[in-house]
Amino acid sequence: MFAKTKMLLPAALLALSSGALMAQEKVKVGIMVTLSGPSAVLGQQARDGFNLAVKTLGGKLGGVDAEVIVVDDELKPDVAVGKVKGLLERDQVNFVVGPIFSNVLQAIHKPVIDSNAFLISPNAGTSNFAGAQCSPNFYVTSYQNDQNHEVLGKYAQDKGYKKLFLMAPNYQAGRDALAGVKRHFKGEIAAEVYTPLGQLDFSAELAQIAAAKPDALFTFMPGGMGVNLVRQYRQAGLADAIPFLSAFTVDESTLPAQKEAAVGFFGGANWAPDMKNPQSEAFVKAYEAAYNSVPGTYAMQAYDAAMLIDAAIRSAGGKLGDRNAIRAGLRKADFKSLRGNFKMGHNGYPIQDFYLVQAVPRPDGKFQTSIRQKIFENYVDVYAKDCKQPN
Amino acid sequence: MSMTLLYVQTLNGLQLGVLLFLIAAGLTLVFGVMDFINLAHGVQYMIGAYLAAMFTAMTGNFFLGLALALPSALAFGLLLEFLIFRHLYDRDHLDQVLATFGIILFLNQAVKVVWGAAPLSVPIPDALSGSIRLMDGLLYPVYRLAIIGSGLAIAVLLGILVSRTRIGMLVRAGASNAPMVSALGVDIGKLFMVVFGFGAMLAGFAGAMVAPILSVEPGMGDNLLILTFVVIVIGGIGSVRGAFIAAILVGLVDTLGRVFGPMLLRALMDPSAASQAGRALAPMLTYILMAAILFFRPAGLFPAKK
Amino acid sequence: MMMPPESGPGFLKREAVPVLVFVLLALVPVAATFGAESYLLSLVTRVMIFAIAALSLDLILGYGALVSFGHAAFLGLGGYAVGILSAHGQTDALVQLPLALAVSALFALITGALSLRTKGVYFIMITLAFGQMAFFLAVSLAAYGGDDGMTLPGRSRLFGLDLIKNDRAFYFAVLALLLASYLLCRSIVVSRFGRVIRGARENPQRMAAIGFPLFRYQLAGYVIAGTLCGLAGFLLANQAEFVSPAYMTWQRSGELIVMVVLGGLGTLHGAIIGAAAFLLLEEWLSGFTEHWKMIFGPFLVLVVLFARGGLMGAIRRIGGGGHG
Repeated sequence: MFAKTKMLLPAALLALSSGALMAQEKVKVGIMVTLSGPSAVLGQQARDGFNLAVKTLGGKLGGVDAEVIVVDDELKPDVAVGKVKGLLERDQVNFVVGPIFSNVLQAIHKPVIDSNAFLISPNAGTSNFAGAQCSPNFYVTSYQNDQNHEVLGKYAQDKGYKKLFLMAPNYQAGRDALAGVKRHFKGEIAAEVYTPLGQLDFSAELAQIAAAKPDALFTFMPGGMGVNLVRQYRQAGLADAIPFLSAFTVDESTLPAQKEAAVGFFGGANWAPDMKNPQSEAFVKAYEAAYNSVPGTYAMQAYDAAMLIDAAIRSAGGKLGDRNAIRAGLRKADFKSLRGNFKMGHNGYPIQDFYLVQAVPRPDGKFQTSIRQKIFENYVDVYAKDCKQPN
Repeated sequence: MSMTLLYVQTLNGLQLGVLLFLIAAGLTLVFGVMDFINLAHGVQYMIGAYLAAMFTAMTGNFFLGLALALPSALAFGLLLEFLIFRHLYDRDHLDQVLATFGIILFLNQAVKVVWGAAPLSVPIPDALSGSIRLMDGLLYPVYRLAIIGSGLAIAVLLGILVSRTRIGMLVRAGASNAPMVSALGVDIGKLFMVVFGFGAMLAGFAGAMVAPILSVEPGMGDNLLILTFVVIVIGGIGSVRGAFIAAILVGLVDTLGRVFGPMLLRALMDPSAASQAGRALAPMLTYILMAAILFFRPAGLFPAKK
Repeated sequence: MMMPPESGPGFLKREAVPVLVFVLLALVPVAATFGAESYLLSLVTRVMIFAIAALSLDLILGYGALVSFGHAAFLGLGGYAVGILSAHGQTDALVQLPLALAVSALFALITGALSLRTKGVYFIMITLAFGQMAFFLAVSLAAYGGDDGMTLPGRSRLFGLDLIKNDRAFYFAVLALLLASYLLCRSIVVSRFGRVIRGARENPQRMAAIGFPLFRYQLAGYVIAGTLCGLAGFLLANQAEFVSPAYMTWQRSGELIVMVVLGGLGTLHGAIIGAAAFLLLEEWLSGFTEHWKMIFGPFLVLVVLFARGGLMGAIRRIGGGGHG
């Protein structure tokens, strides 16, 4: 009568706890990214970028054999907390690399920085952890979330636009995006429109944009929302009339679906696949050969995360137990970033250059973003001054 | 100026409405006639979109793709009916919920395995691209007009089918009293299969029609499914006429409310409070509408069962 | 069909499943010392918290046939009571918990009074509507993190002490609350009140004709279930040390229904087994492949097709002691 229950629980528990007792002779990295749901493609890019780096380094990080464990956070913060505890306690990882989304970062930040592992975010970089809540166990290889938006605000201001139409999804990142743009753009705001998260038909908003006749549109519409907006924007005939400025809306994760519709649209980024330096060129070539798709910043930042870990372990002489040495190595960030100019700020967020990028077609029929001009140089995020960590 | 916006928004609301109707029609019949809660109906919509994307890419022509996608969506629906659904008709509603939830999980992941996680897109056919001038200062994309037109045409056809034909009579009778129909010697199994296949094809058609304007991605049917349930509940379960009116109502309230709600609030209170309230209220509008309607009419606008 | 067992001869045979479940849960911390202790404890703690939520849903769903599709709202309400109070410096459970329960009860009272006017699938959808309203309200709370949610400074304190800071202590606290909730639900089910609720499921006209004010009974049941789920929300916030609107999505409400049906409707311990099976399978399968939903989905279909009455039904049949 009890056979079933009896088997189920202990067997499951055993399966979950196995491996915990294994001795640690290699470096273990847990990758926690979103691999299910509509946003899965971002997590796939990050995972693939990281794996490519480890492969390039001969399966080692900092000269130590590396084991990479990939888990899916399902974009559910409470699920992520459970799984990250699994990585920390069961798998005893030395580094957690993740996540993609800010709300997951808010949830897993505390459990990881309170543990013996370091948290390296290849994408999400919220303002609170850049400022007052900065931590010596948390490093970001992407950007502070506001910065890509600031690129477009600055560009619009420099370009002399008088009137900007702002649109973002109705959630925290959307509100932060519009705040970021307004930090540098001082002209008139025609309207600030918040759409429901996950909205796929923008006909209502497009009618408003056409009616408002702004000098340019700024929008932040990640994932499937961006695919739809871009195509509908072009279909409504607005593409040639009102310049399309965006962040995380036209990039290598959405261009395969946007195709021609996005050509000429602007974005802000810290890198693009046509970045001119030898390491970046080699990376793009290897990535395309391995995964048959164009790498975006998600892949680039995860690749750099692996390189950062590699450099930190190397500078600590391969001694994984010496946390202070590893931490110093992470701060020093002595590696050749794919984006060239890269320093780690005292708050664990990068100091780097930002560019205006534009979507272009490629000879092979695919699409990618291309660097147009440098907007910020050695740019420090605005929250860093609130971080009380020593320099 | 603001009148133009109103017209455009009304058209947009209409377009969302007919789309919802195409999906809701099948769902309300399956529910009304067979007393079957099919959560997997949204997945049929997604499958329709993926099939259209695949066949359009293969043939290079949207209309050919659509022509191939429709029978495939029908075949797929019938396959699901044969494999799983027919074993669930005499089951408890909650068993149906559990099983169809399992189907959603499976198919949402399966399309990712087959077609990849990145969203797909279908180009708008040349014949229907561009915009036309409806009146001074009012440009509207032709393709969206085509969606509205085909949706309305199907609504009329469906109305005739349900009210004038023998099978329609059986369906109506089934919706109001299924055991009676069965007692009259009608092969209820076959009737169910026809209704189910037809519903699946309509949902697939809706998915194929939106493929050129919306991105085709895993899970695209999930949120629409909830909105569709809202529609059939407002309309009254089993009523095609109710589903149509409710679909248009929800489409209009959602689209118009999103734009004019905040404007209205700004007239009533100070701007920052208005935008705060507008942001909280806008996504709730359809649910508030449904709760209000069910409060006054607990069985929807046009209840089919007596 | 499912008369709850009463004490007497054969007690152990009939009560074997719930006794075994709780014995196993009590033994987990012992087993955990051999492995990844905090991970295992936190996983099973999470299972028990969802078991409380599923239990509360089973009370109205399994016994009253009231399918609430907005039950996750209570998880969120309980969680946000903790989060918002913590944000204002009030971290004592003696303040947080009563408030979490009171808010949940009030929300249940208002939405229940409106929802219970409808029946069947209309009830399902109107509860969904209220659940969605609560969700969007939480999303719009920019001061409390909006969509991103908020991290708690730490677990709730008791009498100003860190009594449940320790994972093991928290585990036993949750286990005790699960046991208490289970016993409470059992006593409700066998009480006169519970018999009326069950009677209303079988034959509402008759119950009304006998003179029971059904609406009031059902509303009371709905409020009890909502409050109990608010307790689960309070615990979930403490377990994750984080609250976010993701607690109250309609998908989460759907998962709660799935847990109850998977375990076996109207058995109470079935809800616990369902929650455990759902979460442990999710955890275990996702360790094998990122496509684990392609295994989990068909598993649910097979349970429906071949195991009538969910996992409890299967256990009864295998045990041979069932009623079919």
